[in-house]
Order: sequence, then structure tokens, then C-alpha cells
Amino acid sequence: MTAAMAKLRHRLFGSVGNTLLTVFMLYAFVSLLPPLVRWAAIDATWGAATPEICRANGGACWAFIHEKYRLILFGRYPYAEQWRPLLALALAVLLVLATASLRFGLRTVLAGWAVGVAAIIVLMRGGVPGLSFVPTDLWGGLPLTLMLALGGMAGSFPIAIALALGRRSRLPIVKSISVAFIEMVRGVPLVSVLFMASFMIPLFLPGKVQVDALVRALVAITLFSSAYLAEAIRGGLQAVPAGQSEGAAALGLTYWQTSLLIVVPQALRHAIPAMANLFIGLFKDTSLVGIVGLTDLLLAAKQALGDPQWRQFSLEGYAFVALIYVAFCFFISRYSRSLEHRLRREHH
Amino acid sequence: MKLSGGWSDPAFRAIVTQAAVLAFVAVVVAFLAVNLIGNLEERSIRTGFGFLWQAASFEIGQSFLPYDARATFGTALLVGLLNTLVVAVLGIVLSTIAGGVVGIASLSRNRLVAPLATAYVELVRNVPLLLQLYLWYAILTQLLPAASEAPQLLPGIYLAKSGLHFLILESGGGIVLAGLVLGILASFAYGRWSRRRADLTGANALLWPRLVLLVALPAAALVLVAATTDFNVPRPTRFGFSGGGMVTPELTALLVGLSLYNAAFIAEILRAGILSVGKAQSEAAASLSLSRAQTLRLVIVPQAMKLVVPPLANQYLNLAKNTSLAIAIGYPDLMSIGNTIINQTGQAIEVIAILMGVYLTMSLSISALMNWYNARVALVGVR
Repeated sequence: MTAAMAKLRHRLFGSVGNTLLTVFMLYAFVSLLPPLVRWAAIDATWGAATPEICRANGGACWAFIHEKYRLILFGRYPYAEQWRPLLALALAVLLVLATASLRFGLRTVLAGWAVGVAAIIVLMRGGVPGLSFVPTDLWGGLPLTLMLALGGMAGSFPIAIALALGRRSRLPIVKSISVAFIEMVRGVPLVSVLFMASFMIPLFLPGKVQVDALVRALVAITLFSSAYLAEAIRGGLQAVPAGQSEGAAALGLTYWQTSLLIVVPQALRHAIPAMANLFIGLFKDTSLVGIVGLTDLLLAAKQALGDPQWRQFSLEGYAFVALIYVAFCFFISRYSRSLEHRLRREHH
Repeated sequence: MKLSGGWSDPAFRAIVTQAAVLAFVAVVVAFLAVNLIGNLEERSIRTGFGFLWQAASFEIGQSFLPYDARATFGTALLVGLLNTLVVAVLGIVLSTIAGGVVGIASLSRNRLVAPLATAYVELVRNVPLLLQLYLWYAILTQLLPAASEAPQLLPGIYLAKSGLHFLILESGGGIVLAGLVLGILASFAYGRWSRRRADLTGANALLWPRLVLLVALPAAALVLVAATTDFNVPRPTRFGFSGGGMVTPELTALLVGLSLYNAAFIAEILRAGILSVGKAQSEAAASLSLSRAQTLRLVIVPQAMKLVVPPLANQYLNLAKNTSLAIAIGYPDLMSIGNTIINQTGQAIEVIAILMGVYLTMSLSISALMNWYNARVALVGVR
């Protein structure tokens, strides 16, 4: 106990500079923390209340969240039907958790996702007996954000694997096409790719074909993230020893058998940390679809703050949304770390 | 090369595969091009870059070039490019400083500072940049007081709803700028001279004279000018500020948001770089009786730089690309002006091609610059 105390004292007051730093930090805590707690908790307005009550109380107006949480979470989806996106959300989370638990084989997982995605689309879109039709421009909030993130990641996987293999290919034409695509996409901002998709996809398709704004954004996100994912997978490919593909060749496997059955699975294992970082980035970047007019979680919150009565409580609104993003990102990074440990244990 | 064995011959297979890939790409491109031509005709959209010389007839909130509504679309794009570059350069400088402070703080032995820095990094990295920009913009435009009640941060510097107002010199800005350039050049020249002397004689290459030169020359120029001319001080009135210079809340929010966001990533990069240098290095330095500061500057940092520069370059690239989020809070950067032009002329393809070309050039330049710098710092250990 005393040893620990001595160590702590050294860590806080070990030198003159350190002591000054500690005193300054303590002063900052003492002067900043109480007002913050006062604002966020003591003077705050909880539960149902009007903006006038909030203003009178002076603290944080959590009543704004109470008033608008359905708008923030589900966007402009018809109010009475919002059990549908909620159910879709639950289904998606369930699928993610089931996949992440690694208890099921690849076939089961793929079949589960096929059925699950179909169910989610039917639930959200409706147009079948018992479910009224809801066009995609009314979809919004957290389900939309999750849909873009999961759809973008899933869609970019096959493209990224092809690009990563292409970049390492000995065929000059295949290699240069892959390099050109990857470097061009990585050199421009996602906003410009979103703009390109929203302005140019209609021009590039036959006149009669109408592409939904949601699909256009999804295409942009998929293409964008596939370039980054390809680089992450290429890093993983480089970590697979040459003996693996040589061994496969000695067994008479073809290029595709070698790549898809031997090399790529090992490469993906090596690339887990990089892929997790990319997925966190992608999850946050889905917020940019708000710029091309899709009501994702962030834009829904911004629209909720557009209500003149509640406009001044932007801090509360953004804090609520930030908390949701932090929770998801935290889950992804924790999961990737545990997956890494688990695979390393199984490997040895 | 003889193509003998048909499909079992790898050389034959390679040619067939590549021909197939090429044919596939050609078919896709042709399909898109045919549709594009048909669509452009059907919607009677003009093509070509002629629009760049037409009058733009829209206003831009902030411009470093002479611009009014009679200027051309081309000029408008240049104004946007300049606005983007200003944010990118200032953002890189500010985020490096802030990231350096947070990175050092997260390695501090002080038990209060290090956890705080770590908490900052974890929180900021996991919240979307766009959300942070919206938040800063809301704070700067809604929660700040109006001009008449604006707090005076420093003498002559106010922060209000209308923006950051500060005092400027009536004249002589050129002299201060000259002092700044002279300071940078002198500091650089001294650095080269002292390094060469260190190589020849073993005398220590000192850091502080460089810092003194860097600060003292512009400061001297500033004092000289300030003594001879008047300041134009912003004066709060009931309807806003009169006089002085100002930075719009859009630019302030963008700079603050971008810098603080990227600072969290840069702090992590620096921390990882410094931690990568083995403990034996600092122990050896201590046994040579180098001080802690000397150890850091002469032993740890040069070795850490090799690991730091490549991811740092990547982060700068991200920052430069992320300036395009300016469009969301109404700062007139390249992307948002391009968007306005598309809405006015309908010539989406040309404008997007220009935008992508410019961003690609910017990214490639930053990468080339950082590669050059990396080659320099990577040689330090070898020399």
C-alpha cells in the first residue's frame, strides 16, 4: 500500500514540472467539472418537458431527446409504422451478433444473411399484404446508417479481394487496371464519389432506368471502401508465406483454388486489425450521405434540431448521436481485438 | 515465345485472361459511353469546358482573390481551390501542433495528464468528423453571444456569433510578412550551418538558436511596424463589429473541427512511434549522461521519425481530402463551389472531372512531398 502510494506520489509530484502540471490539472478539474456536472445533471431537464421549462432550468435539455428520439432514430419513416424499422434493426443486430459469435459455419451464415436481408427489405419497403408501401426516400435514421455501413462492407469484399489479387498479379494489364482504380479512388474524397454517384449514375445508365438515391449512395460507398479494403487485404496477402502457394501448386491446385482456398483466408486473418479500423472509418463515413440528401442518423438529428422551438439545444442532440456512434465503434474495436486473440490461440 | 500447349500453357493463358479482362472493361466503358451520349442529347445538356468562361452570377462568402458575381465560373473554381488550400495547410499545421501536445501528454509520467489524453483520443476518434463539424458550427453560431456582449479573449480579439474578430495593422503587413519569411530562412540556414559544423567538429547542433531566429525576426518586424502605424481595432456595436479583421464562423468551425479530429489520430501515430524505440536506447542515452530532453531530441525522435512519417503522410492526405466536408457547414471550398456550378450549368461530368483531377493532384503532391521528406529522415540513421 505504502509502496503504491509512494509510486503514485512520484507520478504526480516527482519533479517541479510534474508538480506544476498536477496542480494545474487539479485546478482545471475543480473549475471545469462542477459546472459541467451542474449543466449535464443537476440543472438538466429530464423526461417530457417544453423548451420553456428547459430554458427556465438552465441546464442541459434532455427533454429534447425525449421529444425527438423517434425522429432521430428513424428519420421521416411514417410514425405509426416505426415498429418496422425497429424490428429490422433488431434483426440486423441479431444477424451481426450471430455471425460475430463464430458458432455457425459459412453456409449457415450466408443463408441466414440472405433470408435476413430479404426480410429486412420487405419489412422496410412493405408493399405486401399487411404492410403498407414506404418508399426509400422516407427511410432514415439508425437503420439507414447501419444498412449503408453493412451493405458497403459486404459489397466491397468481393471487389476488394479481386483488386488485391489483381494488384499482385503477374499479368501487366490486370495489375495496371487494379492499381489505377485503387490509387484513383484513394486520391479523392468520399464526398466527391458520392456526388459523382448521385449526379452521374443517372447519365451513365439507359434512359428509362431509374436508380434509387439510396442505391446510388450505396454504390458510391461500396466502390470507395473497396479501394481501401483492397489495400488492407494486400497487406494481409504479403504476410502469407510463399510456401503456402508453392505447396498448393505442388498439390496441383489452380490459381483460383490456391488463391481462394489457401491464400486469401490466411490473408484475411492477418488483415483483421486493419479491416476493423476500416469498418470503424466506414461506419463514421456513412454520415457523409447526409450531404447528398439521405436522412441518416446524423442528418435526422440535424433535422430534429431544425425545429425552431428546440434549435438552441444542439449540444444535447449531437451528444446523443455521438454516444450512439461511440457505442458502435467501441463494439467493433473490442470485437476485432477479441477475434484476433481467439484466432491467434487457435492457430498455435 | 512459342504458344504450344493451348490452355495448359501459362503464357497462352496469361494472354487470353488479359484479353478477356480488357474486353470486359472495354464493353463496360462502351456501354456507359453510349448511354451517356444518348442521355446528354435527350436532356439537351451542353458539353465541353466553355462554361468556365461564362459569368458565374453567384456570390461567394469568402475569397482570397478579387471576385464578384460578374466573374467567370473558372474564377469561382479558383477561389474555391484557394479556400480549400488555405484550410488544408492551416489544418495540417494546427493538427500537427495539437496532435504533438496530445501525443506527448499521453506519454507523460503524470498520472492525471496521460489518462486525459487517452480519453480525448478515444472519444474524438470514434465520433464522425461531420458530427464534430456540425457541433462546432452550432457552438460558434448559436451558443456564442452577439457582438455587443462578445467576450474579449485578448486585447482586441473577440469571439462572437458573427465570427472571430481581431485587430489588424493599418499598413505594413508586408514588412511583418518579410520578417516571417526572413525568420524561416535564417532559421533554416542556421540549421544547415550548425549541422555541418556538428559533422565536422562534433560541436552540438543546438535547437534553441533556430527557434529564437524563427520567433525573434517576425516579432521584431511586428514591433517595428506597430510602433509606427496604428492598429485597426474591431469595435463591438449593436449591429455587429466595425473595423478589424475577421474569420467567418464557417472557417473557424472547419479549422477547429478538422484540427482537433486529426490531432487525435496524429497523437496516436506519434505515441506509437516513440514507444517503438526500444527502452535500451533511452537507458544507453542516460548512461551517457544525456538529459531527458537531449535523449528525446537526439536519440528517440530521430529513430521514431522513420516509423512516424509514413502514417503521418497518410493522415495529412486524409485531412486534405476531408476539407471537402466544408460543404456541409457552408464554407465555400472547391467542392461546394463545384456543386453550385453543377446546379447552375447542369454540366456535372465536366465539373466532377475537374474536382476529381484537382483532389487527385493535391493527394499526389502531398504524397510526393512526404516521400521526399521520408527519404531524408530515413537516411539519418544510416549516415
